[in-house]
Amino acid sequence: MTMTTSLLTTSYLAAAVLFILSLKGLSHPETARRGNQFGALGMLIAVVAVALHMGILASPTLIGVLAVASIIGALVAARVAMTDMPQLVALLHSFVGAAAVLVGLSNHMAPAVELTGIDKTIHDVETYLGIFIGSLTFTGSVIAWGKLQGVIRSKPLLLPARHLLNLAMLVACVWLGWVYLGQGHDGLQTLLIMTAIAGLIGIHLVMAIGGADMPVVVSMLNSYSGWAASAAGFMLSNDLLIITGALVGSSGAILSYIMCRAMNRSFVSVILGGFGADEGAAPAAGSVAITGDLVPTSAEEVVGLLRAASSVIVVPGYGMAVAQAQHPVKEIVQILRAAGKNVRFAIHPVAGRLPGHMNVLLAEANLPYDIVLEMDEINDDFPKTDVVLVIGANDIVNPSALDDPSSPIAGMPVLYAWESAACIVFKRGKGAGYAGVENPLFFKPKTKMLYGDAKKSVDAILSLLKA
Amino acid sequence: MIVGITKESIPGERRVAATPDSVTKLQSFGFAVLVESGAGLAAGFADEAYAEAGARIASTAETWAAQVVIKVRPPQDAEVDRLNAGQTLISYLYPAQNGPLVERLIERGVTAVAMDQVPRTTRAQKVDALSSTGNLSGYRAVLEAAHVLQRPMGGQTTAAGKILPCKVLVIGAGVAGLAAIGAARALGAIVRAFDTRPAVKEQVASMGAEFLQVEIDEDGTGQGGYAKEMSPAFIAAEMALFAAQAKEVDVIITTALIPGKRAPILITADMVRSMKRGAVIVDLAAETQGNCELTTPGEAVTVDGVTIIGYTDLPSRLALQASSLYAQNIVHLLDEMGGAAKFGIDESNDIVRPMTVVKQGVLSWPPPAISPSHPPSLPVPWAPATADSPARAGSPTPPTSAQPRPAAKPPSHGAPAGNTSWTVIGVVGVALFVIGLGAPQNFLTHLTVFVLACVIGYQVVWSVTPALHTPLMSVTNAISGIIVIGGMLQIGGGLTSAASIIGAIAIFLAALNISGGFLVTHRMLKMFRR
Repeated sequence: MTMTTSLLTTSYLAAAVLFILSLKGLSHPETARRGNQFGALGMLIAVVAVALHMGILASPTLIGVLAVASIIGALVAARVAMTDMPQLVALLHSFVGAAAVLVGLSNHMAPAVELTGIDKTIHDVETYLGIFIGSLTFTGSVIAWGKLQGVIRSKPLLLPARHLLNLAMLVACVWLGWVYLGQGHDGLQTLLIMTAIAGLIGIHLVMAIGGADMPVVVSMLNSYSGWAASAAGFMLSNDLLIITGALVGSSGAILSYIMCRAMNRSFVSVILGGFGADEGAAPAAGSVAITGDLVPTSAEEVVGLLRAASSVIVVPGYGMAVAQAQHPVKEIVQILRAAGKNVRFAIHPVAGRLPGHMNVLLAEANLPYDIVLEMDEINDDFPKTDVVLVIGANDIVNPSALDDPSSPIAGMPVLYAWESAACIVFKRGKGAGYAGVENPLFFKPKTKMLYGDAKKSVDAILSLLKA
Repeated sequence: MIVGITKESIPGERRVAATPDSVTKLQSFGFAVLVESGAGLAAGFADEAYAEAGARIASTAETWAAQVVIKVRPPQDAEVDRLNAGQTLISYLYPAQNGPLVERLIERGVTAVAMDQVPRTTRAQKVDALSSTGNLSGYRAVLEAAHVLQRPMGGQTTAAGKILPCKVLVIGAGVAGLAAIGAARALGAIVRAFDTRPAVKEQVASMGAEFLQVEIDEDGTGQGGYAKEMSPAFIAAEMALFAAQAKEVDVIITTALIPGKRAPILITADMVRSMKRGAVIVDLAAETQGNCELTTPGEAVTVDGVTIIGYTDLPSRLALQASSLYAQNIVHLLDEMGGAAKFGIDESNDIVRPMTVVKQGVLSWPPPAISPSHPPSLPVPWAPATADSPARAGSPTPPTSAQPRPAAKPPSHGAPAGNTSWTVIGVVGVALFVIGLGAPQNFLTHLTVFVLACVIGYQVVWSVTPALHTPLMSVTNAISGIIVIGGMLQIGGGLTSAASIIGAIAIFLAALNISGGFLVTHRMLKMFRR
């Protein structure tokens, strides 16, 4: 079958609609799987249609490259631990960024059609922009991956005059762009220099962002990877690329916005550098003094409390993910539920290192999603709860967000764990959370601390419960 | 400030509104407590016990003259006549059913607080006497049924043959219904439950009962977590379900109440006649004329071998516990009302205000509508998607005449479709005009597509449930692998030029992304189960 231009266009249309349906499907867990399949189908249609149109469906190069890449991708996808999901997502973003850079460069070297006049200028701007965003996405994602993987320290790196530095690099890129427009075909070197500078911007931006803000960063990079694809679409006059890029771009942007609001932070300040770090991270002078003691407890005591409780809320945080404690937690929950207790999970919007990270881990542990509730759904219920288990979470249950205006996390919505009759905090040691903020919850009279690796503590409780 | 605990006058009512424990607590709020002689006897509390706790045992007349008169059941006419202006009465009142009583209370010029009008909010639960007694009624209903039933509830295989377990149908899974499920399960019965509110399915399952459903999809969640009346089609379907179940089950426990109205008839006379001989119906709605057509309130009757229990005093049959819980509810209420020092009706108190039926001789019921308690912690711009939380879905808009509290400022952020300012529109308009002057047609076509796609993406993504944000990210990531097309357009025939080799690498990276992204999303989504 010959692939006429009209057929190609209708294929694009089909793919675009499938992508939209794919996102739409994610509005509910029950439709989400079909949504994902729609997305994959759309992708298949698009690739086959383009290959047919170009007459390269049987090209060994194409088939070889696609096959090898797909197999590697599939292997990685099948093997990755759910707790490593943030890293994987960040890594995949970097691939899109890199691909966008490469497509841009390739297009610069061998444009499909020769353009003149304003068309050419527009095309050059598109190429330039696409490479710029792509490069920034690539390096930024690699750094994000490194931080999430623990290869790079997650503490924000704050160079002096970093805003000025960013501005200077940005100005340089704009100036280089102007030069590039004058050079036309001979501008490869200019393009490469700009690619390098954009890469530095990406590195610098993400280096300056602390671990707690990673959900924002990852979703922001997600957005960038979309805009990069869209820019490539403009460059290649390809509507499907434009549409898809726009879908992904807006999705990432909205996610970043949601995450930022969940932390009561302005998007701009997160992107431009670190958190609470604007003018030095020293605790504010007026901060409320914390009174009380840290009361350690034992697994035995926690089991006693759980046995006596009729309602329990589990507040998981990144610590649960790190310790891979979700499976024993699930078993504990099953035992408690079988005993007729009302056990639920309270998920803070920024718990973990990805939006929805906790939901995925709990789903992996095979917990029914209807006992996994969002902050707004469950925050009213803490006062009538007997026991709250805070497993590896810190800032998201910090009462000073509400009552201490000088706290760096002031105004951030938090889970009211301290309102319950008893609160058990599973914590590795006595350090502060990612935000570096002391947590008065730990010092409250109803709070007890269960120190140690979350997995070991949870396992101990589980074996006592079974006994 | 003197509180008087009166003796219940309705025959058969054994409960009392205070226990020696609660008397102690009331005193700690600064109240002096009078207990009518013999008030607690039927519930197991002797006058001496109250006296020991610090109360003074008093005559009927003296108790009724206390500044605050507390009892359980609505007062009888003769009792209302004992009240005078300035006194406060706290008891069950059922103002919707008891119009004449409310009028008399108004005539007497008293303040009357109804224990049956506790708002369904988290904060008010400590005062919620209907819940605390509903729990006991549900339990007792099962025992009443078991008592009449000529066979055990649980199943067994014995040398003398097999004992089949009883089948119990519980209609209405409120507090009483759930307690009944628990009790019946504990006795070994097979329990099924029906409720018009789909949200309680999980609760029913957690108590170990099977949740029965009709084919029609309709949410019966009304305001404040109560059930509302259903459409005729739904009612027809549920009646068919009950008719089929009636033939099969040994016990039916009905708990369907509609606040302020006659209880709906769910079990018709025909259904009763179709039941097995020896079967039992316990009608917990008997007080409001019953869910069964043949219920006689207050009595157990037998029709064609089926016993229909319409006792209206089930909590009273557990008088000791019911009194303790009610007394505790009263303690919390008096605390909310300011203790002895600041005792009164605070119009801004969201628990006391709705419970106040008459305030100093002026009718103040029904109260202005209050919004369900949701702290303004995080305004949810994606609310349309998450509004499956039933309490909100079913609540009607509050009447405009009632303004209980200043309306919360609408969230200024979130999907700004509604509040796009004219300035923004203007700027965009000018920008479009400028672009239109200079840009070529080709570019504009693409721009159109781009902008429309952004709008669609924006709309679609807001509907994504927060729990799926990680899969959303990985699926959009996979989709952004569409950049593979860019690479394909560049490689042309083969790897003949630098451009085509770079294109091939781009394809490689993008394809990695596509397969990895979709598969890992699939893996994640597979894990989400109900």
